[in-house]
Amino acid sequence: MNTPGNVVVVGASVAGLTAAVTLRTLGYDGRLTLIGDEPHTPYNRPPLSKQILAGTWEPDRIKLRTDEELSDLDARLLFGRSATGLDTAARRVVLEDGDSVSYDALVIATGVTPNSLPGAHHLAGVHLLRTLDDALALRADLRHKPGVKVAVVGAGFLGSEAAAAARRMQLDVTMIDPRPVPMRRQFGDRIAGLVGRLHTKNGVSMRCGTGVRRFFESGGRVTGLELTDGTLLDADVVVVAIGAAPAVGWLAGSGLELGNGVECDPTCRAAPGVYAAGDVASWHNDHFGCRMRLEHRLNATEQAQAVARNVLGEGQPFAPVPYFWTDQYDAHIQAYGIFPADAELAVLHGELEGGHFVVAYGHRGRVVGVLGWNSPCELRKLRQLVVDRAPWTSILPTPPTVWPGRHLSASLR
Amino acid sequence: MQVTLHQDKCVASGQCVLAAQDVFDQRDLDGVAVLLDDRPPAELHDDVRQAATVCPALAIALADA
Repeated sequence: MNTPGNVVVVGASVAGLTAAVTLRTLGYDGRLTLIGDEPHTPYNRPPLSKQILAGTWEPDRIKLRTDEELSDLDARLLFGRSATGLDTAARRVVLEDGDSVSYDALVIATGVTPNSLPGAHHLAGVHLLRTLDDALALRADLRHKPGVKVAVVGAGFLGSEAAAAARRMQLDVTMIDPRPVPMRRQFGDRIAGLVGRLHTKNGVSMRCGTGVRRFFESGGRVTGLELTDGTLLDADVVVVAIGAAPAVGWLAGSGLELGNGVECDPTCRAAPGVYAAGDVASWHNDHFGCRMRLEHRLNATEQAQAVARNVLGEGQPFAPVPYFWTDQYDAHIQAYGIFPADAELAVLHGELEGGHFVVAYGHRGRVVGVLGWNSPCELRKLRQLVVDRAPWTSILPTPPTVWPGRHLSASLR
Repeated sequence: MQVTLHQDKCVASGQCVLAAQDVFDQRDLDGVAVLLDDRPPAELHDDVRQAATVCPALAIALADA
């Protein structure tokens, strides 16, 4: 085993911090540098679109480590500093102020950057939601006067959760998405249809199957928008939640393969001494036999732990069963596995109309995913089907309800 | 090792049960984690540390006891 003497981690959110912490936990006693472009100490992101936005939690509650714990890490902490370049031959990371930091091993954990809508973001009242500062700015705007009208553009995880949080604040909410139902790409038509009904039931005005044509403004502040179907909407606040792209701009010219993220081998290694973890990493997951890149909270932790072990020479493939969850109104939705476009669907527990159920997703004769709606304990027990890649027919002795494929859309990237 | 579970932060992911099923369980009703043993024996400490690390809600705190 050839342990590097000097490890640099770029990105100080969950993946970057976890990689650094895991290195120390495993006994790494060499030099360690953690670089992050946000001024805040590392924090947890899932509450941003939930408790932080709703105002039920304050930012102190989402810190990933106390200041004392960060100090115990015995690392050089460069927060509020952006990496702007990488020289893999000289093994140096270049920072925006021209400084550079050399490494023996590098962990890239720079996450994703939210996509923006052209022609909108110069207007006051138009928000992205990725960072703590984004969430606090949006929260303040949602409270700036009673009866605020909110337009949420994009009905994926983030848009759906933001819409639910705004409804919880009793605001007037419209959600807009070019797809026919919210979260279709994540869950497929059938379950996504239930998410759509959930939003409608809770008072969100759903505008599906349409996009945004243009914004209206007054004095530099957004006042409304026109949809591609011609609808005119008043809006005091607009949340743009139309996905995100891997933050790899700083790696241009580095020689790393940059497709959909930093392309790695099954051990999450991108080049000699260079690894990637979290939202930015694209790697081959041997369990499912395909390449994936996940923007999931648990993956950031697990992949960073695997990378830390591999930095220290273990060289093991990272082949997890992915997990994610979302909270919207009274629905707690959790899922394990992958959800391919042409999967079949079968109910394993409860019933779809009953508000509590678990469904399995089958692909090429195997169970590849399970999704639970307000059924956390049952879902955890059924996770094993995905771990075992159970034959699809084995879960259908007396099939209660099965739908054929071709009604789901891809969740894999 | 002293284990503290903050149920008000728990998001019912069940990752703690997968990591250390002798120390954590989930409530049937809503899946919120339940602490079975706040001073687990030494042979379970690695599992409990993993449970605390993978908890997506940072709901598990560990201290020396």
